[in-house]
Amino acid sequence: MTTLSACPACAAAPMAERIASPRLETPDIILSLPTIHCAGCIAAVERSLRTLPGVTAARVNLSLKRVSVQTETLTDAALVTRLRDAGYEAHPLDRSVLDTGTDPEGQRLLVKLAVSGFAMMNVMLFSVAIWSGAADATRELFHMISAAISLPAVLFCGQPFFASAWSALRVRRLNMDVPISLAILLAAGMSLYEVLNHGRHAYFDAALSLTFFLLVGRYLDHRSRRAAHSAARDLAALEVHSALRLTQGNAQTVAVSELNVGDAILIPTGVRVPVDGTLLSLEASTDRAFLTGESDAVRSLMGAEVQAGEINLGAPFKVQATAVGADTTLRRVAAMVEIAENSRNSYTALADRAAAIYAPAVHLLAFVAFIGWAVIGGDIRQALNVAVAVLIITCPCALGLAVPAVSTAAIARLYSKGFLVKSGTALERLAETDTVMFDKTGTLTIPASKAVTDVLNTRQQAVARALAQSSTHPVSRAVLAALPAGDEPAVLSGVVEVAGRGVEGLSTEGLVQLGSGTWLGADFDGPGLRIGCAPAIALPLTETVRAGAQTAIDGLRAQGLRPAIISGDRLSAVTPLANALGIEDRQAGISATEKHVQLQTLAREGHRVLMVGDGLNDAAALAAAHASVAPSSALDAARNAADIVILNDSLAELPLLMSVARAATRLSKQNFAIAALYNLIAVPVALAGMATPLLAAIAMSVSSLTVLANAMRIRRVK
Amino acid sequence: MNILLVLIPVSIILGGIGLCAALWTVRNGQYDDDAGTSARILLDDDDNHPDGPDGP
Repeated sequence: MTTLSACPACAAAPMAERIASPRLETPDIILSLPTIHCAGCIAAVERSLRTLPGVTAARVNLSLKRVSVQTETLTDAALVTRLRDAGYEAHPLDRSVLDTGTDPEGQRLLVKLAVSGFAMMNVMLFSVAIWSGAADATRELFHMISAAISLPAVLFCGQPFFASAWSALRVRRLNMDVPISLAILLAAGMSLYEVLNHGRHAYFDAALSLTFFLLVGRYLDHRSRRAAHSAARDLAALEVHSALRLTQGNAQTVAVSELNVGDAILIPTGVRVPVDGTLLSLEASTDRAFLTGESDAVRSLMGAEVQAGEINLGAPFKVQATAVGADTTLRRVAAMVEIAENSRNSYTALADRAAAIYAPAVHLLAFVAFIGWAVIGGDIRQALNVAVAVLIITCPCALGLAVPAVSTAAIARLYSKGFLVKSGTALERLAETDTVMFDKTGTLTIPASKAVTDVLNTRQQAVARALAQSSTHPVSRAVLAALPAGDEPAVLSGVVEVAGRGVEGLSTEGLVQLGSGTWLGADFDGPGLRIGCAPAIALPLTETVRAGAQTAIDGLRAQGLRPAIISGDRLSAVTPLANALGIEDRQAGISATEKHVQLQTLAREGHRVLMVGDGLNDAAALAAAHASVAPSSALDAARNAADIVILNDSLAELPLLMSVARAATRLSKQNFAIAALYNLIAVPVALAGMATPLLAAIAMSVSSLTVLANAMRIRRVK
Repeated sequence: MNILLVLIPVSIILGGIGLCAALWTVRNGQYDDDAGTSARILLDDDDNHPDGPDGP
């Protein structure tokens, strides 16, 4: 802060800032910490990082669940290891995708909120003196000072409303900001006219408190949106953005954006293919569940097409790029998604529907009051006064708070339960759905998360456990997940992980290996176990039902929704799962386009569909559905298309999402009813010409506070 | 009524100081992490000097 300041607090600020700067201006590394939640976590993370040699500073942001680290020597991998040892999951975030952490829009709103708040306090102070009976010269003096404070304040703080109202009027439409702007401007303008003509009533305090309460609503709205938005960016920044390019046999790490057509790229085990290309290696085994919904690994031979988004399940392979960046199939789907989304953009939010009724009604009422008083009373000034009083007292501020207060409270509640609400109207649309369509692979099930180990005897299980324990590779974890819990691992020596192949060690039987079939010299592809000279035993990977799937389906059915499965996988894979979960309505072998068409057909039949899916084949369907949910493990395209992302691995809270969405719509409508009730009492008073600035101030604050209090009830929804 | 000539400027200046302080908290980024700020008050050894233990 280098500017000169006119007030003592601002002059003292730079000094205080030097002592207690809460920000790191330019962090070198930003890590996402999805599991932190309390003061203890902050302390533990910061302490473990600061005590690491080479780290100059570390600062946790609990709202964004991130830590910013300043270091010149260390890599993100070192920090991730350090935090893992301290018991915290950490992922490096790509800073080119991430926003900078500052929030200029929110800061502008806060500044306006502060200005209108302090102006309102000061003007209210003078108003109290006037209401208590200040008369003549004193009253005029107070009115003058009020005008001097409130006119600039209103013009400065009302800008967000004026801008929005103007953009609506330009296309000949009315939104909520039109009556709001009109009320603010007329109240201030009319009061100025009254003051200049030595009038008794001035509504400066009303104009300011109107602005203040409405800015509170606007800021709440902005904050909940930003929290969701930045978390969505975090998810995008977690994606792999570097690739291994092979130049004359040397692997070199480059950013995905720097890859060109014709480049040879090495894909290590467990990594997503970043480009479309042809296979250069002899063979490869990949997971295409994201693209097609198939749950089994796909084996391709040299020269076969490989698409961006496939995950390497076998040994590392090489790919020659044929399409990069925006030309890949993966990105082209985004275009399809955009077209499907246009249909949804025509949805009118509850607040806008209310504004469509409210705005003309209020304007008409004020106009009728003006004409009535002008004709009957014959006094234009008196008539204008009444019309302004009607505009102020109909209280757009309760209406402006009604929806943002509820949605902020609902979104905050859902965020703490692991739901990321990305779209402003998502909750309203969700509350209207009557059918839930689930994708299978990756949504109801987690593909390749468990190995079939039933064929192993006790000794073999013990060896497999010992080998799998020593590696963090997904396949090792899948093997570990399938073994009965609590068994003792075998005693092995010299256990080493052979990159891209498996784990090996020595036991009493000789060499023991857990790894890919080709490495073990067997005739199968997937993982296997070999003990000594015995032939290798295949441990094929299968999918497991996602945690909470049953709870979610039972809960949703109890709420009156009809669950259904629509999958791209084989019928033989879909049927057992559907039977286990008790879903009658099941379809298998459905392609991405067919999914999209089916949703449109259902929509034409009058059904409102909630789509839950994760794959590229679901993206268009997610965008076309009335509302959509994607798990955080979903592909980028699917997450972008979905309204809501589930951040934790379980589906168990889906019914809660539904009940919060329904409660949010119910409470918003209640809030409109409360605001209408106040109007029902106050409007006749205003029409009768008996409204005073004091009455306006009381009606406005009380109705705003009632609406806010009612919104908070969403925290108790079960 | 001469007292008003003192009281009015005083009330406006006090309001102005409050406003300046509020604006400073906004510019200083004190609303960037409201969840974290409310948690940090519980920490005994919270480091107010993120630039280092014996920072400037």
